[in-house]
Amino acid sequence: MTLEAVLLIAAALFSIGLYGALSQQVVVMVMMGLELMLNGVILAAGGLWWFLSPSPSGHLLLLVVVAAMTVDMAMGFAVAVLQHRTRGSDMTDSATELSQ
Amino acid sequence: MSDLITGLVFWVLGVLAVVSGALVFRFDSMARATYALAVSFIAVGAALLLLQLDYVGLVTVLMMVMEMAVMAIYMIMFMGMNPALMPMSMVHSRRTALGISAGVFLVLAAGIVTVPWPQRRAAPAADLTASLGETIMGSKMLVMMGISPVLFATVVAAVVLAAPRTRYDRFGDDLRSAPSDPHHGGVGR
Repeated sequence: MTLEAVLLIAAALFSIGLYGALSQQVVVMVMMGLELMLNGVILAAGGLWWFLSPSPSGHLLLLVVVAAMTVDMAMGFAVAVLQHRTRGSDMTDSATELSQ
Repeated sequence: MSDLITGLVFWVLGVLAVVSGALVFRFDSMARATYALAVSFIAVGAALLLLQLDYVGLVTVLMMVMEMAVMAIYMIMFMGMNPALMPMSMVHSRRTALGISAGVFLVLAAGIVTVPWPQRRAAPAADLTASLGETIMGSKMLVMMGISPVLFATVVAAVVLAAPRTRYDRFGDDLRSAPSDPHHGGVGR
C-alpha cells in the first residue's frame, strides 16, 4: 500500500462521482454522485494524512469533511422535498429556477 | 499485519469501492444503486481502518449505512413505485459528463504519479483515537465549535424548507394573528 495507490483509488471514486453528478437527472442520483465524490475526498485525505504527516490536526480535517457530507445530504433531501411538493417532480431538468 | 497482506487487502477494498461506485450509475433500479453506494462506502471505511483511522473509518461506515436507509425511505415516499422492480435510466448529456470525468481522472492521475511526494514528517501517536480526542477537546476545540452551529443551522434550514406549513403560516410573522386554517377546529362550529 503506497500513497500513490490510495490517491489513485480516491481519484477514480471522485471521477465516477463527478460523472454521476453531471449526468443524472433524478435529484437523489445526483446526490449519490456528490456522496461518491466526497467518499474519494475522505480516502485521499486519509491517505495523505497517514503517509505524509500523521498528526491529530489532520485527523480533524477528516471529521470536517464527514460533517460537510451530512450537511450536503440533509439540505439535498430538504430541497428535493420542497421541489416535489411545489412541482410534483424529482428531476433536475424541471428545477430551472428556485422561485415557487 | 505484514505489508504484503495489508497491500493486498487494500487493493481488494479499493477495487471493490471503485467497482461498486461505478455500478451505482449502471444499475437500472434505484434500490440496487443505493446498496452499491453503501458497499462502496463500507469498502472505503475499511480502507481507512487499514490507514489506522479507526474512528473516522467506523464513523463513515455507521453514518453511511444509516444514510442509505434514509435514502431508501425517501425513494419509497416520493418515487411512487417499487424501486426494486421498476427499471429506469434517466441521464442527460451522457457523453459530455463521461468526457469531463475521464479528463478529470487523467489530470488527477498524472498529478499523483508525477508529483515527488515527500517523506513522512512525524511519527504517528501510539493511540491515534485518544490523541484525536485530546486534540478535539484541547487546542482544536474551535473547529468542532464551528461545526456545531453549522449542523444546527442545517437542521433548522432543512425543516423550514421541507415543512409544508409552519406556525408562521398559521399565525403570521409575529405569531399573534388569528390562525388561518383551511377548516376551523373544534366540535359543533
